[in-house]
Amino acid sequence: MDLVSDQGLRIDGRRPKELRKIRCKLGVFAQPEGSAYLEQGNTKVLAAVYGPHQVRNRSKALHDAAVVNCQYSMATFSTFERKRRPRGDIKSTEMTLHLKQAMQASIKTELYPYSQIDIYLEVLQADGGNYCACVNAATLALVDAGIPLKEYVIGCTASLGNGDVPLIDVSHLEETMGGSNLTVAVLPLSGQIAVLEMSQKFHVDHLSLVLNEALDGCRRIYEILNDTVKNHLSEIGAISGWGKSDL
Amino acid sequence: MLTSKTFLRKTKRGNVLKIVREHYLRDDIGCGSKVCKKCAILVEEQEAVLDDQLPDALSKAYKNPHYLIVDTNVVLHQIDVLEADVLCNVIILQTVLEEVKHRSSTIYKRLKDIINDKRRKFYVFVNEHHKDTYLEREAGETANDRNDRAIRVAVKWYDLHLSASQAHVSAKKRIRIVLLTDDAANCEKATKEGLFAASVEDYVCCLKDSKGLEDKISRSESHFDEGSKEIFPCHLTPVQIHDGVKSGKLLQGSFQASRENFLEGQVSVESFEKPILVQGYDGLNRAVDGDVVAVELLPEDQWSAPSEIVLQNDEVEDEEEIVEKVLKVETKQEKTPTGKIVGIIRRKWRQYCGILQHNALQNTTRHIFVPAERKIPKIRIETRQAPTLMEKRIIVAIDSWSRYSRYPSGHFVRALGKIGDKETENEVLLLEHDVPHSRFSEKVLSFLPKLPWIITDEDVAKRTDLRHLDVCSVDPPGCTDIDDALHCFQKPNGNYEVGVHIADVSHFIRPGTALDDEAALRATTVYLVDKRIDMVPDLLSSNLCSLKGGEERFAFSCVWELTPNAQIVGTRFHKSIIRSRAALTYEEAQLIIDDDKQQTSVAKSLRGLNKLAKVLKKRRIENGALVLASPEIRFYIDSETHDPIEVQAKQIRETNSMVEEFMLLANISVAEKIFAEFPEHAILRRHPIPPPSNFEPLVKAANYLGFEMNTNSNKELAESLDAAVKEGNAYFNTMLRILATRCMLQAVYFSSGVVTKEDFYHYGLAVPIYTHFTSPIRRYADILVHRLLAACIGADVTYPDLLDKKKMNNICHNLNYRNRMAQYAGRASVALHTHIFFREKVQNEEGYVLFVRKNALQILIPKYGLEGTLYLYPPKGMKQEVSFVYNEENHTQSYKNIVFHMFDPVTVQLTLDRSNIQHEKLVFKLVKPFIPNFSVSSIDEESKENVTRVEENVSEECGDKAGTSRNPVVLQQMKRKDEDFRSKDSSRKKKHKK
Ligand SMILES: [Zn+2]
Repeated sequence: MDLVSDQGLRIDGRRPKELRKIRCKLGVFAQPEGSAYLEQGNTKVLAAVYGPHQVRNRSKALHDAAVVNCQYSMATFSTFERKRRPRGDIKSTEMTLHLKQAMQASIKTELYPYSQIDIYLEVLQADGGNYCACVNAATLALVDAGIPLKEYVIGCTASLGNGDVPLIDVSHLEETMGGSNLTVAVLPLSGQIAVLEMSQKFHVDHLSLVLNEALDGCRRIYEILNDTVKNHLSEIGAISGWGKSDL
Repeated sequence: MLTSKTFLRKTKRGNVLKIVREHYLRDDIGCGSKVCKKCAILVEEQEAVLDDQLPDALSKAYKNPHYLIVDTNVVLHQIDVLEADVLCNVIILQTVLEEVKHRSSTIYKRLKDIINDKRRKFYVFVNEHHKDTYLEREAGETANDRNDRAIRVAVKWYDLHLSASQAHVSAKKRIRIVLLTDDAANCEKATKEGLFAASVEDYVCCLKDSKGLEDKISRSESHFDEGSKEIFPCHLTPVQIHDGVKSGKLLQGSFQASRENFLEGQVSVESFEKPILVQGYDGLNRAVDGDVVAVELLPEDQWSAPSEIVLQNDEVEDEEEIVEKVLKVETKQEKTPTGKIVGIIRRKWRQYCGILQHNALQNTTRHIFVPAERKIPKIRIETRQAPTLMEKRIIVAIDSWSRYSRYPSGHFVRALGKIGDKETENEVLLLEHDVPHSRFSEKVLSFLPKLPWIITDEDVAKRTDLRHLDVCSVDPPGCTDIDDALHCFQKPNGNYEVGVHIADVSHFIRPGTALDDEAALRATTVYLVDKRIDMVPDLLSSNLCSLKGGEERFAFSCVWELTPNAQIVGTRFHKSIIRSRAALTYEEAQLIIDDDKQQTSVAKSLRGLNKLAKVLKKRRIENGALVLASPEIRFYIDSETHDPIEVQAKQIRETNSMVEEFMLLANISVAEKIFAEFPEHAILRRHPIPPPSNFEPLVKAANYLGFEMNTNSNKELAESLDAAVKEGNAYFNTMLRILATRCMLQAVYFSSGVVTKEDFYHYGLAVPIYTHFTSPIRRYADILVHRLLAACIGADVTYPDLLDKKKMNNICHNLNYRNRMAQYAGRASVALHTHIFFREKVQNEEGYVLFVRKNALQILIPKYGLEGTLYLYPPKGMKQEVSFVYNEENHTQSYKNIVFHMFDPVTVQLTLDRSNIQHEKLVFKLVKPFIPNFSVSSIDEESKENVTRVEENVSEECGDKAGTSRNPVVLQQMKRKDEDFRSKDSSRKKKHKK
């Protein structure tokens, strides 16, 4: 089945280069140092950041950098079929590792030797691009926690429809119906790629096409997240009187 | 820009799941009309296809200029009306498009073709994603009602939207929308809402100039059947069928009508080894050949056996009587599972070629259409053009089949041409076999190289220059698409270097171009007796790719070093440039080999090849390769009338087999190479081992004459066939081989990623791996193989689709389908020419009994490769003094002391019976052995009463599986296509000879 109609629309009505609607909010929890909620279409993710704090397992402490610990999980109700999802199954372990790799690339870990930063991610609803939504939510939660970052790390997926039309921000339906998917986590300002993964092989002719599309998506997501952060800051700032203690 | 909306969907996948999908509604979808200024700026890529200047008052009913919107059922049932050029400026809603896509893929494809035709001005409006036209399904509303409402909402939106842009135009001149729907309730609702709506019939009848469009309307059932009595039982409802199939009470399968008996057929059900027999009006219950049906198995005591009676609905007979006759058929034969069809799951109706039946009534518009394909029932149509259509071959589509009507009702689609015209008959043949044969489009031709074509230095640098080699080609006379050439010389070390050079078609046909798509669609060149339907345009097939003598050409070369014992020492592949020294015919090559005085390098080369080929062939046969040869026929065609003037068996020379051996060797070498490099993506060809039960007829037939057939393996079968030689019947062995060929399965292309390695085996050739590399001019599979091989040796790069095994496997399916159809078309063409040859002729011929049937003998005429059923019982209503006795055990027919066994020689007289214009048939009369009052003397015309009817089967074989083919000519073609045995038969090349 074609992922893009002759009229140039995808199954859900988007054009090939359109992102799903992104909605996000910082500071959704009181307890953690930082938290964020992010929706990318119907994929909905919560992120919470604790730390930096002392390393729990001393043997793992690093003398020159903070340890970044990620924890990925999916809610039992997150997919169409309810399933118990034990922590630590292969899929979530892999996710955890990839998340850690992306977050480490972004956080200035060298500022916190002998410390640990915990990032908890929970997928509330899964509709494709779970990893990307997690990366993006984690970035926002880190910002909320006030942890210094080199720059945002942003995740985005891309795929090919009808053989050669690059599609961005792939939904679950497109993931299952289409061919290979490309997932990247990128530092968009410097253009560095932190993580790149493909569900299947791409033909070499197509790889650059799809990758460029995904990178472009990252830049656009970056704009959206950055606006959210700015709005959030101006709200917080206005309430707190921009740090004037006499209020 | 985006508004997002979620909706719920329930699906049953074991559990009921709540599925939430996003559905984006947009404000950037244009209306597609040139009248509208607003949408023009919205999206630049969207062209406005709908005209702003419409011809005034097309219709008597609707004075406004208007666009049409059609509902789903109009598309599904009136596609022939839509295909007619009369209707332009039509809006297809996405709601309709998607429903059509789900309901019928063939109609969806036809609709898409119309939409893509720029002249027709069809515009697809994506109403489901437009913010103003999207609708939620309301509580209690069915999906159909919701869609009807969505269509009405879209019509209303258009009316409003367009009137906003036409504020300056008076209301009477404004462009409006007319909704075409055959659903009366919907039509009424639309009218109430102030919209223009009409049924297709009403609309077309009001057109000022309909150009015969009325004939193409598919009319509702009731139209024909006022007050008739019911003939068929009711069909079950889809829900009942679904439940019945689920509970196992009903079985789902595809229906195949019998071509010999129009009241009999069978349903192939997956879970059943044997097909289920269905008989009579009740049993068949309006199923048409190919339909997917629900069948109910009858209790075992009501089981029946296939009637061995040939029953054709040729003449208008008393049908009640026929029914009775069919049902009371008593046979001692084994009863088979019998059932009755209770419902239709999916119709596989298509368009059918045929003629109008002569109608005694003058001035009636109702006529009976007789399809050429005997498996298809007659069809009732309405047409005002009957007088002009009577002498023509026409195309008709089925619309419906009511319980009250013996025949389905349909409508006229188009006329092909005069009956009996060779052009018309060829057209029929190509259509019936789904052979794409339109001229190559401008777009396709635009990808051809520009002339003059020259070889540049760049080309030389990239290729191995083999112009110094003494290459030559060997083909049948008159061959213009030469795709292979050979060379051979003895090296100083005593070994031979042998090269096979194949036309480098993939150099000219680049992946993804329109030229490539067209070739992939056509899949193969189709050879009719007097016509070739090329897979690639003539410039390539007969010129730039053809390895003509003396011309420099690009080739893909496979070069071996062989020991004198034909063992391969080394293999090289390279893209090359060659210059063929001579394009020889088999005969010329043979003469050169045989003439010792000739000592040119070409002559030496040919002798070397010939010597090695003999070794190769011997080894191949020792390995168990089958020789399923049969005589080949060739038509000599009058150069002016293009009618065949002589038919002759073709001679097979040593050189045929010489070329064949090296082509096989090249194919095997290439198969090994591409499979090693692309284990998941190689395009290969396999010939499955036939199941033992397939051999039963062969084993039985041989047993009657005291020969043992060992069918455990191809080697043993080959040995048994070799041993089965009967003194005094030289043709006996050939007949056995003909029977053996019918036991075979069809060889197929496949992608190596989807089949396990054990199944790669090629049974006929007895090789573990095989492919097609040697005929890229006329086979698309070879082009793919060339591309793979080029990628292996770094001469070219792969492209995405080539490494997508799913896509490649789909392409293989198409190749297999087209190959089969090409074979059938070739056979049908031979049959057609055989008929033309026998017009105005009476001839005595030697023949053999191939089968003994209950009421007939199956006769084979080797000279013409013809086979026919010789009825021993008189035609219905006739008396015959001679009555034969059928012995079921020994399979003999006898009259007094004359006994007919299988394989017995007979002499028959051939004439053409042209009384049925659509099915001209060859009539054979028995000459020898002479039976008084039955046989004819060799010259006398006998009175009609005593004529023994023999029907020549060829034309009906077309739809049949090759495994049960009855025409030996076919064998030759199958051999060529499947096995690359290399004997390009007569039908392939035009031969003009006075
Ligand atoms: Zn508009």
